[in-house]
Amino acid sequence: MFLINIAAAAALWSGSSRLITLAPSDLLIIALYFAMVLGIGVYLRSYAKTSNDFFMAGREMSAWVAGLSFLSANLGALELMGWAASTYQYGILAAHFYWIAAFPSMVFLGLVMMPFYYISKTHSVPGYLKLRYGEATRALSGISFAFMTILMSGINMYAMALVMKVVLGWNIHFSIWVSSLTVAVYVALGGLYSAIFNEVLQFFLIWLGALIIPVLGLIEVGGWSGLVKKIYERVHSNDYVHLWSTLGTFSGNPMGVHWTGIVFGLGGAIAFGYWTTDFLVVQRAMAAKDLRSAQLAPIIAAYFKMVVPLIVILPGLLALAVLPYKLVPESAVRPGLHSYNEVLPLMLARYAGPGVLGLGITALIAGFMSGMAGNVSAFATVWTYDIYQPYMRKHQSDDHYVRVGRWCTIIGVFLSIATAYFVTQFQSIMDYMQALVSFFIAPLFGTVLLGMLWKRTTPKGGFWGLLTGTLSSVAMFAAVRAHPAWLRYVALSPDARDMAENLYRALWSWLICVLVTIVVSLFTAPKPKEHLTGLVWAYTELPTSEPMPFWKKPIFWGAGVAVFFAILQWIFW
Amino acid sequence: MSKERNMLSVWFFIGVLLTIYGAVILIASISNWSSPSTAVLAKYHSGVWEGILLLLIGAFYVLRFRPRPKHKKYD
Repeated sequence: MFLINIAAAAALWSGSSRLITLAPSDLLIIALYFAMVLGIGVYLRSYAKTSNDFFMAGREMSAWVAGLSFLSANLGALELMGWAASTYQYGILAAHFYWIAAFPSMVFLGLVMMPFYYISKTHSVPGYLKLRYGEATRALSGISFAFMTILMSGINMYAMALVMKVVLGWNIHFSIWVSSLTVAVYVALGGLYSAIFNEVLQFFLIWLGALIIPVLGLIEVGGWSGLVKKIYERVHSNDYVHLWSTLGTFSGNPMGVHWTGIVFGLGGAIAFGYWTTDFLVVQRAMAAKDLRSAQLAPIIAAYFKMVVPLIVILPGLLALAVLPYKLVPESAVRPGLHSYNEVLPLMLARYAGPGVLGLGITALIAGFMSGMAGNVSAFATVWTYDIYQPYMRKHQSDDHYVRVGRWCTIIGVFLSIATAYFVTQFQSIMDYMQALVSFFIAPLFGTVLLGMLWKRTTPKGGFWGLLTGTLSSVAMFAAVRAHPAWLRYVALSPDARDMAENLYRALWSWLICVLVTIVVSLFTAPKPKEHLTGLVWAYTELPTSEPMPFWKKPIFWGAGVAVFFAILQWIFW
Repeated sequence: MSKERNMLSVWFFIGVLLTIYGAVILIASISNWSSPSTAVLAKYHSGVWEGILLLLIGAFYVLRFRPRPKHKKYD
């Protein structure tokens, strides 16, 4: 019955031309997916009664569940389709966003920062800032996070709906409303429990749905060496298959970046900022059942993050080699042409038959929904704990805050939908996704890092550092928009391109935040020692873990990530 | 906490869905065996292999994490 409804609704709402026609088995697979995620939400409703259950999943997840959920919340629609598209444009350089952007930041989170988040028993990253710096810093961070989360969620939603329209002929409104309301229902019912359960499920679907592309793709081109040969024949350059050897100059690679930008901007400011302070992902690790599991969660996620290029980067490279036509930027799309953003669905359509195609489309929908569920559950937590509770209604019952959390989830989804429609009117906003990270996340990392590691950091130093870092990032962005030639000053080269601007802007805003925080701290009064216990490295006694073999310790697995990373860099140098 | 509340394992849900998916894809692929789709490399019948893979993974998780009277592992 549900299948018939979906099919009928799809038929009702479609009407535009389509790239792929789904068979009944494909539709059945998609319908079953929606039924399962809603069923999980209904089932978990009775377990999400207290605020600790609803917002923190009872803090009882195993390392594996927290780790897979940690990664899945990051695998949104843009993450999958966007980086496949970027690979078609820039080649294997896009893999830096999965490799140096995963190691060392995720390992650092697990080994160094997670103990503070976990021991302080805070509910959120802004919550930690309140304990460490005070209300002003928490408010600044909470409001900017809520704004960024909703904007990201809306942009993700629009990106997915656009691809569904082009590929399947689904009406854009149908895609936006059905997927969003499904997320709203299951997260509002089961809270973080439901978001995490579904994210782990979605992790499996994303992998199993997309795996057919690299497997059959490599068979078609004759393995990696065949792929390299075919790409050379198409683009007459080997720059697309080398990770580091082309990064000596800005002009020597398709991305227009320099290795310093990749190492310090991406691997440093952006990756550390995103993985260690973005509450969207950190919340999953904080839901772990004990400190060891919380530390292992991001480390487990790092291993999987480093193999995601198999289903994202490799399809982009395969498309370069085998598609019989050239893809174009979104702005240049005309009838009969396809944009870079359609790489993943195009490759899916190339290799997948009935049933498998449905699983692949489900993987894309699952990617979108896991990203959106991550955004709205983090939004509901930060709004309830860091904005509503301290500034609007203090000292209410636990039940009251759970109710507010459920309503925040629904309101968050509607705000995301409104943002998606806003983006529909102003598509160029999608180009600013990376800019958002440098505005809010990179400086925040400076504030949190100094707060954890330097006991002399003062509340005033933290606030002014964060504010100055954020404003300087916005100012750099505005300056380059107003005077494009000024890119040479931000990215240190006249040959730099847009991506380089994002990397260096994040680096400068982080440095400005750190410098301002240090200078202001040296001239203002620090907090007394007794207020910093459990919040700063020097005053925190880490709990001694039970005796265990070395191979069970987080540091052992963290070292394994380093070795894995080094091998990958060597292979694709 | 949920150990006492006897919550079904997330792996069990995954197993159920993958098992059903495996069956659907296997049936769809076998029924199209004699008239393969126009997909590239359709001669390899990837749907059959994918269906078997999903069935095996799904069955493992269903059996390993099925609800039992004295449930110990919840996740």
